[in-house]
Amino acid sequence: MNRTIALCGAGLAAAVIFPLFASNYFVNIGLLVFFVAFIGQSWNIAGGFAGQTSFGHVVFFGTGAYTSTILQVTYGWNPWLAWLAAMLAGAIVGWMIAVLSFRAGLRGSYFALITLAFAEVFRILANSVPFTRGGLGMLIKADQRPLNFQFRDPIWFYYLALALCVISLLIAWRLTRNRFGARLVAIRENEDAARALGIDVFAEKVKVLTLSGAMCAAGGTFYAQKYLYIDPSIAFGVDKSVEMLLVSMVGGAGTIFGPLIGSVALTVINEVTRGLASVVPALKNVQPLSLVVYGIMLVLIVARLPDGLMGLFRRKPRHA
Amino acid sequence: MLDPQIIVAGVLNGLLAGGIYVLVAVGLTLIYGVLHIINFAHGSLLMLAMYAVFWLWRLVGVDPYIALPLVTAGAFVFGFVLYRLVIGRFSHGRDENILLITLGLSIVVDNIALLFFGGDTQTIDVPYAGRFVELGAAFLPLPKIISFAASLVLCVILGLYMAKSDTGKAIRAVAKERQGARLVGIDVDNIFAISYGIGIACLGAAACLLMPTFYVTPTSGHAFVLVAFTIVVLGGMGSFIGAAIGGFIIGITEALGGLFLGEQLGQIGISLIFILILLFKPTGLFGSKA
Repeated sequence: MNRTIALCGAGLAAAVIFPLFASNYFVNIGLLVFFVAFIGQSWNIAGGFAGQTSFGHVVFFGTGAYTSTILQVTYGWNPWLAWLAAMLAGAIVGWMIAVLSFRAGLRGSYFALITLAFAEVFRILANSVPFTRGGLGMLIKADQRPLNFQFRDPIWFYYLALALCVISLLIAWRLTRNRFGARLVAIRENEDAARALGIDVFAEKVKVLTLSGAMCAAGGTFYAQKYLYIDPSIAFGVDKSVEMLLVSMVGGAGTIFGPLIGSVALTVINEVTRGLASVVPALKNVQPLSLVVYGIMLVLIVARLPDGLMGLFRRKPRHA
Repeated sequence: MLDPQIIVAGVLNGLLAGGIYVLVAVGLTLIYGVLHIINFAHGSLLMLAMYAVFWLWRLVGVDPYIALPLVTAGAFVFGFVLYRLVIGRFSHGRDENILLITLGLSIVVDNIALLFFGGDTQTIDVPYAGRFVELGAAFLPLPKIISFAASLVLCVILGLYMAKSDTGKAIRAVAKERQGARLVGIDVDNIFAISYGIGIACLGAAACLLMPTFYVTPTSGHAFVLVAFTIVVLGGMGSFIGAAIGGFIIGITEALGGLFLGEQLGQIGISLIFILILLFKPTGLFGSKA
């Protein structure tokens, strides 16, 4: 235990001083690692801890991104305030999807597929309704002041992403310590047994998806502020859903550090394939190659290593 | 209000598109009915088959209709081997895990296609592509009529095969009661692989029928995967009749959605049907139980 805390402290200290020595390129990579770990953790809380595998988590991401952007661009809200509204919107959408799906008794694959369909409905709506400007997407006017949630120096986005990641780790850590987390794990392992033990399965599942939705929406706003642009396929595209699921599954679903490890692994694979591509010109297309590797890893991990890469660090099996 | 003749034409066009959807969905529902796995890689494998048809035409000059027996047989072998090497080994356990494995497969297949074939949209150019048949007020593209008819013929052949042949009977026995089937001496693992192969063979045939009027890109699978799931859920998971009727309903919904709501918003109908069916009648129209 003490060793773990010391390791976490050292890791955090390294992450804090890292950008002081690294070039902008690496600061940006670090930012993405923490950002993806954060949205991955939002997936992991529902998909990993509570076992509610979602294929359409991007619906919360896009809800957050569009809520804060519309409030800011169309209604002149301060983006920090709009960020809070975005989280609220994400929570509401999470609550709504959870109530509808779990009231209907959807589990497992059926829940995964209905979340996919919800994300698709939101994508089509964002493409069609006037207040999102449809397929053109929305631009946020550049005005680089901290009060505007825009920073001249990318280092501040890096620290913000790091802070989000740390908060998400703390939330996951709390879930391994408190009764809410224990109830979620009970539901994941055997929903009927959990109900027999007196757990209000429906209420707990609704709660966790609401929390997960709010977190993921926070990531959406962060993304919009960083790139100052969103469109329906960025905000509601299936790729981001898959990314969140992948980093959690590969790193270790239902573990505290799973999404972070998965996010680091994704980045390493990306950079290695990028390096490979510069040597072997036939592999000039980097993105698909790293996704091929990631897809293979997903298959192998689901089949052979249910705790993901985290399972490799564990000395004792979880169900001993 | 739209001219009723346009609506009739829309319904007819939707019906024709539905014919192909039926073939795609029958494969998916067969795999679910027998193996109880949700094959998320269905769309990606269809995309792969469409590329096979495209390259056969581009490199060897084979007409897609002539390629049909070859691509269908090839798809069967591909599905059979894929089941034996990958899916079969991992297909026992929680159903979300199998869903995740087929998701992983679809990621691999999509990105291999992107790596080797590039992101460009590919179409094939056949002399009969521009022919139309006049039916009342509606002009219907000849290739769509051919694909509709061929798709129905193939479904009937498959239905007869399932009803009459020994393998078909064994498949139905395994779908109903796999322990019992094992007890009477059916090689259940082999039947699983054959069923998966037949499911993918349906995609091979569908690819040949689609290509004269459609295009293929590495993301083509995405367009079909939700449509196929919607049909199967609407008809009832594992039900053949359900898949057939669901296919036509979805084809018409899509055509009318496009007509009334426009190109963009029109696609929403399919997702909404999917959500509503799952929420209110998860057994679908012809499903036995959830």
